[in-house]
Amino acid sequence: MHVTSPVRPPLVTGGKTYADVTEDVCRHVEGKPTKEWKIAFIVSLVVLIYGTACLFWTWWEGLGVWGLNKTVGWAWDITNFVWWVGIGHAGTLISAILLLFRQKWRTSINRAAEAMTIFAVICAASFILMHMGRPWLAYWALPLPNTFGSLWVNFNSPLVWDVFAISTYFSVSLVFWYIGLIPDLATIRDRATSKVSRFIYGTFAMGWNGSAKTWSRYEYISLILAGLSTPLVLSVHTIVSMDFATSVIPGWHTTIFPPYFVAGAIFSGFAMVQNLMLITRVVYRLEDYITIEHIESMNKIITLTGSIVGIAYLTEFFIAWYSGVEYESYAFINRATGPYWWAYWAMMTCNVISPQLFWSRSLRRSVTWTFFISVIVNIGMWFERFVIIVTSLHRDYLPSSWAMFSPTFYDIGDYIFSFGLFGTLFLLFSKYLPVVNMAEVKAIIRSSSERLPKNISGVAKGARVANPSFNKDAE
Amino acid sequence: MAELTGKYLVGVFDDDDVILHAIPKLRKAGVKIHEVYSPFPIHGLDDALGHPRTRIGIAAFLFGLTGATCALTMMTWMLGYDWPMNIGGKDYISLPNFIPITFELTVLFTAFGMVTTFFVTNGLSPNPAPVLFDPRSTDNKFVMAIEMGKNKMSEEDITKALKDLGAGEVNIKQF
Repeated sequence: MHVTSPVRPPLVTGGKTYADVTEDVCRHVEGKPTKEWKIAFIVSLVVLIYGTACLFWTWWEGLGVWGLNKTVGWAWDITNFVWWVGIGHAGTLISAILLLFRQKWRTSINRAAEAMTIFAVICAASFILMHMGRPWLAYWALPLPNTFGSLWVNFNSPLVWDVFAISTYFSVSLVFWYIGLIPDLATIRDRATSKVSRFIYGTFAMGWNGSAKTWSRYEYISLILAGLSTPLVLSVHTIVSMDFATSVIPGWHTTIFPPYFVAGAIFSGFAMVQNLMLITRVVYRLEDYITIEHIESMNKIITLTGSIVGIAYLTEFFIAWYSGVEYESYAFINRATGPYWWAYWAMMTCNVISPQLFWSRSLRRSVTWTFFISVIVNIGMWFERFVIIVTSLHRDYLPSSWAMFSPTFYDIGDYIFSFGLFGTLFLLFSKYLPVVNMAEVKAIIRSSSERLPKNISGVAKGARVANPSFNKDAE
Repeated sequence: MAELTGKYLVGVFDDDDVILHAIPKLRKAGVKIHEVYSPFPIHGLDDALGHPRTRIGIAAFLFGLTGATCALTMMTWMLGYDWPMNIGGKDYISLPNFIPITFELTVLFTAFGMVTTFFVTNGLSPNPAPVLFDPRSTDNKFVMAIEMGKNKMSEEDITKALKDLGAGEVNIKQF
């Protein structure tokens, strides 16, 4: 008997069978690339090539090509780094924290969101390598015995913590994502008609057969990985915030930074997930899996985290005054009324006001508004990092050191590089890997489908019922 | 994965609920089930089949312990004994500052150790053509394999029992 609670809206519409799920998701992996995909891919590739050229020149010539000066030593590089890492956080939140909270709506968006996490962390890491100036010496950040004297890295430094945090975050996210992919890769393997795709998907599917024992261990390790990823993702942005908070720069030296950064990260990450998913669901016709309910749930999280960020801004300002520290007060007054007032107010408008629009049910259920506000939120979150980094630095203690920062051609070009990289990776993912976690969606159909078809298994369509050569091989 | 040999009866089911309810009845009738294959995890399947609870959590804990120990030992030795350095007047071995990296390495060791264990215990390795009882079990079918060599009941009896309990088809697979 199928009973849907009236208070819980369905998560899968259209009366999908198990075979439908496979077909709807695999169709895009198995088919030829569409014209739209090709155009988007070429555009991303051109952007990536342009960005790579800028990056090459940055490395060839040195960091002097950036607009940095002796007062503002960190600007777009670290702004972009923090922005990208923050975006990555939403994927882990969806795949890990929502798994622990048993939120079933995560199942149709977790795959793409985790992919976004991995690509965003790659983009973030590229800025770390860039700002080193001599990226070939990046291994100096690792605790390796060296020939320059047996001097080790300083484990008291948040910058070293960051090396460990980001690399652990990246590799654990990658493993979590891959484990989730294995059952779906096996599905593609068993439907593959060409030997090449059967070999490639089959190799990565690790001989998965979906036995009861394997599934039980799979669920167990997914749970533990989720349990590990949850504090991990919180630790990553906490440590990123400590890069600033443990210094003695007015405007950075605040204890509120860790929770404030984590909330901001989830805020911007969900906005990016919205942007990606709203396009993917239309292009791939996944409206039955990524429904308005999913979009609304994400918008609620955007409003929640956006409000936390808003409160953090106000608290910071209050504490700057209440602490009685002259330099701290000045840093904040300068942010709001100094030469970078426009960046500060852009941040305030985008991050504090725009998510509040989602209190209106019709706006948060509107695809157009969601897309628009998500773009605004991401712009706002970029400005937040810019404001924190540049406005805190540009007025040093000595007025003779005061300076302004303006980006050069290469600052902009290197930022564009990260968009090209992200776009290219995401497009490759969306073409060659299943964008929706088929196994997990099938597992929720019985409890969360709008209406159950008579035969829940369904009939596999077309030539791809099962690998035609399969039975011959085995017999 | 252990090598499969002998003759198997393969019951193909359309519905996860049907196969789940068929298992206790078959086991009660004295049928020994080799394994059940499904496109997604079915809750309660382990208990129905009588599989013991996985112990991979213990392995995960031990890997985590290893990670924490390695991290603390590394930092204590490097900054405390091998090359002590005065950093802002902090203790050479300043534990609070070692916590973040200890945490990260604990997570790293646990995740990688556990996943490696997962691959090893399930016999998963890069293998483009694993032996499957029915390739539809990764799409929309639920497949039950019964090894004839380990069952006393006749092929006809088991086939009939499977059909009665809702199997859409029953095939024979010989290795």
